[in-house]
Amino acid sequence: MTGTLLEIVGLTKAYPGVVANDDVSFSIGEGEVHALLGENGAGKSTLVKMIYGLVKPDRGEMVFQGKVYEPSEPQEARGRGVAMVFQHFSLFDALNVAENVALGMANPPKTGALAEQIRRVSEQYGLPLDPWRLVGDLSAGERQRVEIIRCLLQDPKLLIMDEPTSVLTPQEVEILFATLRKLKAEGTSILYISHKLEEIRTLCDEATILRLGRKVGTCTPREVTAAQMAEMMVGSELHRPEREASTPGEVRLALKDLSVPSPSQFGTSLKNITLEVRAGEVLGLAGVAGNGQDELLAALSGEITSAPGMVSLDGVAIGNKGPAERRRRGLLTGPEERLGHAAAPNMTLTENALLTGAEREGLMSSGFLKWGKARDFAAAIIERFDVRTPGTETAARALSGGNLQKFVIGREVMQRPEVLVVNQPTWGVDAAAAATIRQAILDLAAGGAAVVVISQDLDELMEVSDNFAALNEGRLSEIKPAKGLSMEEIGLMMGGAHGMEVAHV
Amino acid sequence: MIYLEKRPQPARALSYVTPVLAVLITMVAGGLLFAILGKDPVEAIRTIFWDPVFGEFSFYYRPQLLVKGGPLILIALGLSLGFKAGIWNIGAEGQYIMGAVAGAGVALALYPLEAWWIFPLMVIAGALGGWAWAMIPALLKVKFGTNEILVSLMLVYVAENFLKAMAIGAMKNPEGFGFPGSRNLQQYPSAHNTEIIAGSGMHWGVAAAFIAAIMAYILLNRHLLGFQIRLTGEAPRAARFSGVKPGRLVLFCMGTAGALAGLAGMFEVSGPAGQITTGFNVGYGFTAIIVAFLGRLHPIGIVLAGLLMALTYIGGEAAQSTMQLPAAAIQVFQGMLLFFLLAVDVLTNYRIRITLGEAA
Repeated sequence: MTGTLLEIVGLTKAYPGVVANDDVSFSIGEGEVHALLGENGAGKSTLVKMIYGLVKPDRGEMVFQGKVYEPSEPQEARGRGVAMVFQHFSLFDALNVAENVALGMANPPKTGALAEQIRRVSEQYGLPLDPWRLVGDLSAGERQRVEIIRCLLQDPKLLIMDEPTSVLTPQEVEILFATLRKLKAEGTSILYISHKLEEIRTLCDEATILRLGRKVGTCTPREVTAAQMAEMMVGSELHRPEREASTPGEVRLALKDLSVPSPSQFGTSLKNITLEVRAGEVLGLAGVAGNGQDELLAALSGEITSAPGMVSLDGVAIGNKGPAERRRRGLLTGPEERLGHAAAPNMTLTENALLTGAEREGLMSSGFLKWGKARDFAAAIIERFDVRTPGTETAARALSGGNLQKFVIGREVMQRPEVLVVNQPTWGVDAAAAATIRQAILDLAAGGAAVVVISQDLDELMEVSDNFAALNEGRLSEIKPAKGLSMEEIGLMMGGAHGMEVAHV
Repeated sequence: MIYLEKRPQPARALSYVTPVLAVLITMVAGGLLFAILGKDPVEAIRTIFWDPVFGEFSFYYRPQLLVKGGPLILIALGLSLGFKAGIWNIGAEGQYIMGAVAGAGVALALYPLEAWWIFPLMVIAGALGGWAWAMIPALLKVKFGTNEILVSLMLVYVAENFLKAMAIGAMKNPEGFGFPGSRNLQQYPSAHNTEIIAGSGMHWGVAAAFIAAIMAYILLNRHLLGFQIRLTGEAPRAARFSGVKPGRLVLFCMGTAGALAGLAGMFEVSGPAGQITTGFNVGYGFTAIIVAFLGRLHPIGIVLAGLLMALTYIGGEAAQSTMQLPAAAIQVFQGMLLFFLLAVDVLTNYRIRITLGEAA
């Protein structure tokens, strides 16, 4: 099995103002696991969308199994044997697994027969999944299995996976990799998109590296170091955040038996979370998406209130206080969702600077807004965090994800918080900007603030945290010093392999 | 192939141009409608838009512009605050009625006492009446999560029946020979909402409308509360994160809209209308919804839109009487205005792309 499955020649796609892919060529062999590597915004997504028929290339051609391949829609791509697992799942919470799978099929069999099929495929590939369970009750890892099984039922020749491990625990990653290796052994090719270098080194046969829409190199991942790949990806040496060792001070933020129900039906309620963060300390909280991270951030920002004593700041009980009051006292937060939560999409950066900065930055007096000062504050954030934007009067939605992320994190950091809580602070941000943000977080801690970083990026957490814990189904694991933790231990703290119990039934 | 492409950010200049564009398209489509009805379209459009302001009888029509525009502007300003925040008070008509009943009630209770404080007291009572009526849907929404659209709308019909009951019951003029309707407040000097400048149509309600427009402008552009209103409409989750208390905002927006609608009703009953009758309300509360959107929910825009809408009313009536255009045709014409406004609105957020054939 050494033939070429898919050959891509000179694919080019331009959007107004940006060339997403510029003359990209590479080929995938039969039974090959091919990595597509690049930073956010390098053009990986556009490229796979063209292969999957979601986007039409401006120029260039593709040859699939020796025949011209020009899919005009995903259905055609699926017909030819190309399947894709997206980073964001398209599943209905209120339906069970089998029903969700049936929805994606052209002529679904009876649910009972389909469930049998699902069970067979799930056993064959070692992906434990009960077809009758409600998707709303599944963990992120299990949801991904639904998507994978949905693809496998079509018996694909090429399986595209877009950042599949970002929602998995290390143990779940192992299960996934075992499945992918089995598929490979059967001759299925896999196009694997990621920016996690170690994963690519263990899994992939070949790698194509993209930067700013262009192909900048290829390599055989096993034969090069992660650092070499990173350099190709980024194009320059990375600045690693640095920090001075410090002795932790007084307890600044304390949670005592924090338990609150989730505001949304399929959300995760927080259960008896107890923790302390001291001045100068960075506490890293890991966890697979959907294990209570959003709820914890909301409980800290004041969007969800609790009994007063459950949250205290510098010894003062604030659990029943709203966001404005907490901000006044110095507890600042940065939610994960940029558009619509941390920032209002249609409002200008100046207005978005006001959104949380009005009180602490003195941008108003007795309720009347000082637009001049607000503009200066927005300009200061843009300047310090290198936000690429035409100016302060640009709408937030016009910024790229990474630039907006720099703005919303910068907005909180610039307000000199006493305690800062951020969720996914560098999500979707390029490596250089991520380093800036992490450095800013460390500088805050060095200045005596207490910081909580919630993230799904374990490398990031290991880099910035003094102490480490994980959220699992709304509960907090034991808090341990970050230094010297093994991946094995971290995986167990994150709850091991979610949903493995089904496999033993 | 023609398709719409979302603009990276809303085109600001276009948001000023689109209302004018909508008026022009309405003139063309309305002209067509009138032509189909067998009337001279140019003549009809001129009768509606030109004659009331510049024509032979403009001395009569011009004051009417303010008399009709005043309440529309006042109500629309209040509604626009809620609409901006995504709070849909559709029941301004009911709040307008209750304000009028409350204001007139004070006057009728004190009749025939003459004192300087009667009119100010009526103003307060009118505002309170509208406010209280708006608080019903507001409190129900905040406490029980009911839909404010339905509740406020249903309360219009309750208010209408209450008005009728008052006109033929408690507030009926004892010297009115049994006819329904209250005493005429125009003949009660202490309660009469007089013209500030005689013959101009400028009564206290019109003055209040202009003052309210200035206050609304300051609120929305310079004050934290106005910022929170806009923020809530744009991104409710971001508003919560910012510290906005949604319940309080609902109470404020509904309350303000109700109070302003109540004021409009009170100024109307004590001025141009003069008395509580069974047919006192003529739909200002509903038309104000159109005015609010035609004016882009912007205070200055609303002032202009209110005057324009008043013009179509006055001109429409003139066209009915001089050209025998059916009343329904005029109503369709006014409806078109909102329809085309919403249609061209798309242009501020999207641009039209036309491609020939399939892109290679």
